[in-house]
Amino acid sequence: MNLLENYEELVAMILFVIGFTMLVFSKNLLKKIIGLNIMDTGVYLFLASMGYIKDALTPIVPAEGEVNPMDYINPIPSGLVLTGIVVSVSVSALTLALCVRLYKKYHTLDLDEMYMHMKKEEE
Amino acid sequence: MMDFLMNFPFITIVLSLFSAVVAFAFKGSRARFVTYFLLLAGAVMSCFVLAYNLSSETGYFVYRMGHYDAPIGNEISAGLLEPFFVLIFEVVMLLSVLGGKRRIFSDIPEEKQKLFYVMINLCHAALAALCYTNDIFTAYVFVEICTIASCSLLMASDKGKSLIAATRYMIFSLIGSGFLLIGIILIYSITGHLLFTNLYEAITLLWRDGSYNFPLTVAIGLIVSGLCVKSGLFPFHFWMPDTYGTATPAASAILSGVISKGYIFLLFKIIFRVIGFDVFLATGVQNILFVFGILGMVVGSVSAIRTKNIKFMIAFSSAAQIGYIYMGLGLGTRTALVASLFQIISHSLTKSMLFISAGGLCDAAGGKQDFASLRSCAHKNKVAGAVFLAGALSMVGVPIFAGFIPKLLFAASAFEGGAKMFFVLIALAVSTMLNVMYFMRTALTVYYPLGAENGAQAKTRACASFAVCTIVFIALNIAVGLNSQPISSLLEKGIELFMNVR
Amino acid sequence: MMKNKFSEKFSAWLSGEVDLTEKIAEEKRTEAPSRISKKEEAEETKIIRSLEKKEIKLSFKEYKVLSVVFCVILIGILTATVYFLPTFASSDVPAVNEVYEHYVAQGRDETGAVNTVAGMILDYRAFDTLGESFVLFTATCAVLILMDDKHKKPKKEMHETVNYSRDPIVKSMAAILIPLILVFGAYILVNGHLSPGGGFSGGAILGAGFILYAMVYGDEQALKVLSERKIKVVTICSLSFYCLAKSYSFFTGNEFNGVHSVISAGTPGDILSGGLIMPLNIAVGLVVCCTMYSFYMLFKRGRMN
Repeated sequence: MNLLENYEELVAMILFVIGFTMLVFSKNLLKKIIGLNIMDTGVYLFLASMGYIKDALTPIVPAEGEVNPMDYINPIPSGLVLTGIVVSVSVSALTLALCVRLYKKYHTLDLDEMYMHMKKEEE
Repeated sequence: MMDFLMNFPFITIVLSLFSAVVAFAFKGSRARFVTYFLLLAGAVMSCFVLAYNLSSETGYFVYRMGHYDAPIGNEISAGLLEPFFVLIFEVVMLLSVLGGKRRIFSDIPEEKQKLFYVMINLCHAALAALCYTNDIFTAYVFVEICTIASCSLLMASDKGKSLIAATRYMIFSLIGSGFLLIGIILIYSITGHLLFTNLYEAITLLWRDGSYNFPLTVAIGLIVSGLCVKSGLFPFHFWMPDTYGTATPAASAILSGVISKGYIFLLFKIIFRVIGFDVFLATGVQNILFVFGILGMVVGSVSAIRTKNIKFMIAFSSAAQIGYIYMGLGLGTRTALVASLFQIISHSLTKSMLFISAGGLCDAAGGKQDFASLRSCAHKNKVAGAVFLAGALSMVGVPIFAGFIPKLLFAASAFEGGAKMFFVLIALAVSTMLNVMYFMRTALTVYYPLGAENGAQAKTRACASFAVCTIVFIALNIAVGLNSQPISSLLEKGIELFMNVR
Repeated sequence: MMKNKFSEKFSAWLSGEVDLTEKIAEEKRTEAPSRISKKEEAEETKIIRSLEKKEIKLSFKEYKVLSVVFCVILIGILTATVYFLPTFASSDVPAVNEVYEHYVAQGRDETGAVNTVAGMILDYRAFDTLGESFVLFTATCAVLILMDDKHKKPKKEMHETVNYSRDPIVKSMAAILIPLILVFGAYILVNGHLSPGGGFSGGAILGAGFILYAMVYGDEQALKVLSERKIKVVTICSLSFYCLAKSYSFFTGNEFNGVHSVISAGTPGDILSGGLIMPLNIAVGLVVCCTMYSFYMLFKRGRMN
C-alpha cells in the first residue's frame, strides 16, 4: 500500500500511459506504432513485476528431491508475458505492413493528409 | 454416448483453427468450400450442444482443456446462451459469405481470395472461443486473433480507402485491447486467478472485504471500456462508417453483424461470470453505459440521417443499435437484459441482411453508394430491393419482424427501471422516429418510379446464391419475430444460469 | 412560402436528391451562374486549401491540449490504482496462492518439465499457447495479404544500399556466426523444458540466423535454402501437428471420453522427458522461425520468391 514500494508498477503504468497517448494522439503513423510498442512494454513490465518475489529464484526446479514453492518466483506472469509478446509482435508486423502500403500509395505517414488525398482521388 | 456431445464446443474451436491451416494449404479459391463446410458443421454442432444442455438437468457443463481441474488447468464452459449465440453467429457468417460471394470475387484480387477465406475461418474459431471460454487470458488471446483477422477482412479489398479504414479500425481495436489487457492484469494481481469460476469467488470476497475496492473498480472500468471501444459504443463509433462502408459487403456484414456482437457477448459473460452482476451494479459502471447507450442511440440515428451514402447510413444505424444493447445493460433489470440479448440476435440477423442487400443495390446502381445514383435501382434488382425493404421494416420495429421484439421488451423493462424510465421511453421514441425517417427515405429512393431517362437500363439479374441467402435471411428474421416467446424464455433461462450456476 | 419550400426540400431529401445539411450549399450552387472563370476557381480552391490548413493547425493545438489532459487524468487514475495494489516483491500477495504452489511444487512430477514456465504454458494452460501460435499464423496471412505482390508485374530490382556480400569482414564473420546462431537456436528449442527458453525464443533465434544469412549472401541465395514452398510446408505441418497433438490431450483429459493418454511424463531432467512439451516446443519454434523469416522477406522484397 505504498507508491514508493510499488515503484516498478508505477513506472510500468507511466510507460503504459505514455504509449497510449502516443497511440491515440500522434498524427504520424510510425509514431503510433512506436507508441503501441511502448504501451505493450509497459503492460509486460507490469505483468512481470507481478510475479517477482524478493530473494526467490527463476522457476527452474531441480530434477530430484522435494521442491519448496517459496524458493521460486511465480511462473504464471512469466508465461503470460511470453504469450503477450507474441501477440504484440504479430500486431506490430500487421500495422507496419499497413504503414508500408499506405506510404507507397500516398507518400505520407500523416493520417489526415492521407484522408485528404483519398477525398481528392474520389472527386 | 450422449456425453460425447460435450466434446463439440472444443471440436468447433480446434477444427475451425485447423481448417484455417488446411484452407491456407489449398490452391486458389477452393478454400471457400472448407469455410462453408466448417460453418455448416459448426452450426450443426452448436445445435447439438444446445439440445444437450436443454435436456440435461443442470443445463450447463464445464470441459477441461487439459488434464487438470479449474484453478490449475484451462477450461471451456457451455450453458444455454453460449451454444445459442455461436449458432446465430455461424448461421449469419455462412449466409453473409454465401450471399456476398459475387462481390467477394469482384472486390478482392483473385490471389487474395484464399486468404480472405482463411481469415473467415480464423474469425469463426476466435468467436467460438470467445463465447465458450472460461478463462480470462484465453479470452484476450482470442480477442487478438479476432482483431487481426477482422482487420484483414477489411484490407483484403486492396483499395486506398479500405486500407485507411483498416488502419483506423486497427488503432481503435488496439486501444481496446490495451485497456482489456491491463484490466485483466489488474484483476489477476489482486485475485491471483485467471479462471472465471475462481475469479468470481475471489472478487465476491474481495468486494465484501472492501480492501481492494478501488483497483477492482478501475479494472472493471478498463475491461468494460476496452470491450466498448472494440464493439463501437457511442463516443468510439467513429471508425464504423469508414470500416463498414468501404469493405466488401460480406466483410461488412460479418464485422457489424457478428464480430462486434462477439465482443459484446464476451462482455456479458465477463460481467456475469467473472465480476458478478451484484458487484457490477455496485461499482456504478452501468450508469455510464446507460448514458452512453442512450446518447449513441440518438447521435447514431442523427448521423445516419445526415449522410449521403447508403452503407454509411447502415453503419451509423449500427452505432445506434449497439446503443440499445448497452442501454439494456445499463438498466440492469432482468427484462432489460433479455431485451439486450434479443437485440444482439435480431440486430445480427438484420444488419447483415441489410449490408448484403445494400451490396446488391449498389451493384444495380453501377457500383455507386450515394443516394442520387441509387435512385430506383430496386427495380433493376428486385430481390435486393425486397430484402432491403424487409430489413428496414425489421430495423424500424414493425411487428412480425425480429426487430420489433427487443423494442417491446425495452419498453416493458423501462417500467421496472425506476428513475431511468423516462429517459428510456423518450430515447426509444426519438430513436424509432429517426429510424423511420432514414429508412423510409432510403426505401422511397430505391423504389422511385422508373422515369424515362433511366427506364431503358437493363435489369441486373441477382445471382442464385444471393437470392437464396437473402430469402433465408428474411425467413429467419420472420421466424425469430414470430417465435419470440420460446427464444426470450431461453434467454431468460440462460441469464439465470449465468447468474447462479457455477 | 417558407413552408412550401421546406416540404419541397423534404421531398427532395426523401428521394435522395439533396442532403439536409447541404441545403445552403445546394442553394448557392443553383443560384450562382456557372460563368466563374477558371482563374477564380483556382483562387477559390487556394483559399479553401489555406482554410483547411488553418483548421488542421487549430485542431492540432486542441489535440495537443486534449492529449496532455487525457494523459494526466489517466496517469492519475492508474497511479492511484498502483497505490492500492499489493506490495511489490513480497510473498504475501494474492497472486501467491495455491495455483502458484501447485505449478512449482507439483509441476515437475505432473508434466515432466523441470522448467516450470514451459510446463505451465504447454501443459496446464496449453489452450492459450495454441491461440498464441495461431495469432502468429493470422499475422503471417495478414502480412501476406498486404505485402505479397508477386502477381503484379515485377518492378525493377531495388538497388541495395549496402552490399554485404562484397565485404570480406562481414562475410567471413557471418560464415562463423551463422552456424553458431542456428545451433544455439536449435539448442534452446530442444532444451525448452530443461532450461530457460522454449519455442518462441528458440524460433526467434533461428529466424535471426536465417535473416542474417539472407542479408549477407543475398536474398536469392537464401531463398534457395529456405524457399516459399518449404516455408509453407513447414508452417502447415507444424501447426497441424500442434492442433492434432493438443486435440489428443484435450480429448483424453476428460474422463467421460473413456480414453486415457498414453503419453508419459518421463524422468524429469532427461532430454527426452516432459511428454508432448518438447515436440510442441519444436513445432512452435519452427512456426516462429518461418514467420520471422517471411516477415523479413515480405517487407524487403514484397514477395516470397
